[in-house]
Amino acid sequence: MNVAVCVKQIPDPATPGKLDPNTKTLVREGKLILDDSDAYGVEMALQLVDKAGGGEVTLVSMAPNSEVSGLRTGLAMGAAKAILVSDDTLKGADALTTAKVLAAAIKRAEPDLVIAATESTDGYTGTLPVQVAELLGLPSVTFAKHIESDGSAVKVNRQTEAGFDEVECTLPCLVTVTAGVVEPRYPSFKGIMAAKGKPVEELKAADLGVELGSPGQEIVEVAPAEERKAGEVIQDEGDAHQRIVAFLEELKVI
Amino acid sequence: MAFDKVWVLAESFEGKPLTSTLELLAKAREMGGTVEAVAWGDDVASWAPELGAHGATKVYDVGDLGGSLPGVPVAAAIAAQAQAGNKPDAILFATSYDGRDIAGRLSAKLDVGVLSNVVGLSNDGVSEHAVFGGTAIVRARFTGDTPGLYLVRPKSFAAEASGGGAPEVLSIDVPDTGATNGAKVVQRHVEAHTGPKLDEAAVVVSGGRGLGEAGKFEMIETLAKLLKAAPGASRAIVDAGWVPYSYQVGQTGKTVKPTVYIAAGISGATQHMVGMKGAKNIIAINKDQEAPIFSIADLGVVGDVHKVLPKLIEALQNR
Ligand SMILES: Cc1cc2nc3c(=O)[nH]c(=O)nc-3n(C[C@H](O)[C@H](O)[C@H](O)COP(=O)(O)OP(=O)(O)OC[C@H]3O[C@@H](n4cnc5c(N)ncnc54)[C@H](O)[C@@H]3O)c2cc1C
Ligand SMILES: Nc1ncnc2c1ncn2[C@@H]1O[C@H](COP(=O)(O)O)[C@@H](O)[C@H]1O
Repeated sequence: MNVAVCVKQIPDPATPGKLDPNTKTLVREGKLILDDSDAYGVEMALQLVDKAGGGEVTLVSMAPNSEVSGLRTGLAMGAAKAILVSDDTLKGADALTTAKVLAAAIKRAEPDLVIAATESTDGYTGTLPVQVAELLGLPSVTFAKHIESDGSAVKVNRQTEAGFDEVECTLPCLVTVTAGVVEPRYPSFKGIMAAKGKPVEELKAADLGVELGSPGQEIVEVAPAEERKAGEVIQDEGDAHQRIVAFLEELKVI
Repeated sequence: MAFDKVWVLAESFEGKPLTSTLELLAKAREMGGTVEAVAWGDDVASWAPELGAHGATKVYDVGDLGGSLPGVPVAAAIAAQAQAGNKPDAILFATSYDGRDIAGRLSAKLDVGVLSNVVGLSNDGVSEHAVFGGTAIVRARFTGDTPGLYLVRPKSFAAEASGGGAPEVLSIDVPDTGATNGAKVVQRHVEAHTGPKLDEAAVVVSGGRGLGEAGKFEMIETLAKLLKAAPGASRAIVDAGWVPYSYQVGQTGKTVKPTVYIAAGISGATQHMVGMKGAKNIIAINKDQEAPIFSIADLGVVGDVHKVLPKLIEALQNR
């Protein structure tokens, strides 16, 4: 079974992001890393290929400045190869444009299964994977917390408001995974060394035949949000519960 | 830009529209034009009157989906209407499991963008988005073709009945969706639930990693029961498997706006705070005086949850 995994390379979430006041797009500085949310997808893909007893995992990413550090992490985990679309004309692309680019890149890998995360850490629109599925004419199952496959279909436990649904879907299809679907491995030293020699195909939008329309939406303003002020802070000297009870009484909750 | 016609994606559970749907109807009404809804299921006619009471004058009924996940068939049905000329200026979706699927599919079908994580919307279609953990607001708008698709976070608007009468219910067809409609639900699992719902409770008591171990979440449950509150959680303890995902508050969980939110052993990561900042009153208990949660708490207690919570529980039991 061949699996393509969408992996987003993002600025380290530990360093706070910024919006460029002129272009009003997210400023991406410094090295990008593999989005944690996608580490689950890579691990899931590796396990499914392993169980199927054949096939390979291809990583697909769109990122600026020929960025590969996040892809190397995924390759070190065990993916066979990667496709990277890096193109200045894609700067500030909206989700649908990104989906068009990724869909075209994924097509090249001819996968039986496409995996993405339910939402990225930095963008969290959560619509991109279904947009990709629609563009590729594939069925999709989102919010997977468990996936099994016999090679011709997938069985997915899909998170719902009330619990979960068991969903079956024929291959090829796209599945989005939630954190915790599997426990991602740490790349081994051997894996890290091997990753350096694995192929990363770098493409431009034009190579994929993707036409870039206008984004169809614009940011009109970035403003500071109304701030919530800190109130009273007390040290517990063994009687803080009384203050809480009094506060709840004031609010007529009790 | 004026909105002559706004559609709301109407979701239901156990034969009733979701609160998030009623919130969107209230907003759609405020935008001034005609308000219509799109719904699916085998019993739409039975709950459509409630959509009418909240302002929908017409309900397009996609009907029973025969076990399909809603994303593909509902998006296809809406797209077919739009392509046949029955096209609203905007469609409002709740950020829900199915809402995101339908909005994403529809966006690709109609080649129009989606504005996601909307927390505010002006009557001329400028959306608001909380970024950087809610410290900044981005305002955005569509510049291209209609309909504009807005994915709105629940609790962004207040639901309010309009006193409207029963709407006209019109069946709409799902065109051939080919291979895309291949995902079928074979079995539903509903987790047992008692007490108020997390996103509707007037009081929410949430626990985090500071509780130390899974068994200590019982203190949160006990306290919640005493306050007729819903128990909630940080993602740290959901990921650790202490409580189900349905308890999670925050960016990837539920948005809550209770009268009182009690955070016990929760640090106050931006992704958590974005889901509970809208609470009227916040009480935080944390042993670390520097914990970010104190920056938004109305009453902050620097203390050990293992000491404060048992005493609080006892005091409430003795009342
Ligand atoms: C993309 C993304 C999405 C996310 N979405 C969410 C989300 O929806 N919801 C969410 O909650 N998180 C979310 N997170 C995770 C978030 O960043 C934090 O990791 C998480 O909220 C931390 O949970 P916590 O406060 O329980 O744990 P910690 O941050 O570990 O905090 C534990 C706190 O307990 C205190 N403590 C320890 N012992 C005691 C004691 N005995 N008494 C009192 N206090 C004590 C400590 O001082 C500390 O402040 C997300 C992260 C990412 C990257
Ligand atoms: N630029 C990208 N490159 C590769 N995958 C992406 C990219 N953007 C989004 N994705 C995938 O789509 C998921 C959802 O992204 P988002 O719509 O930003 O929440 C991510 O978690 C990734 O799996």
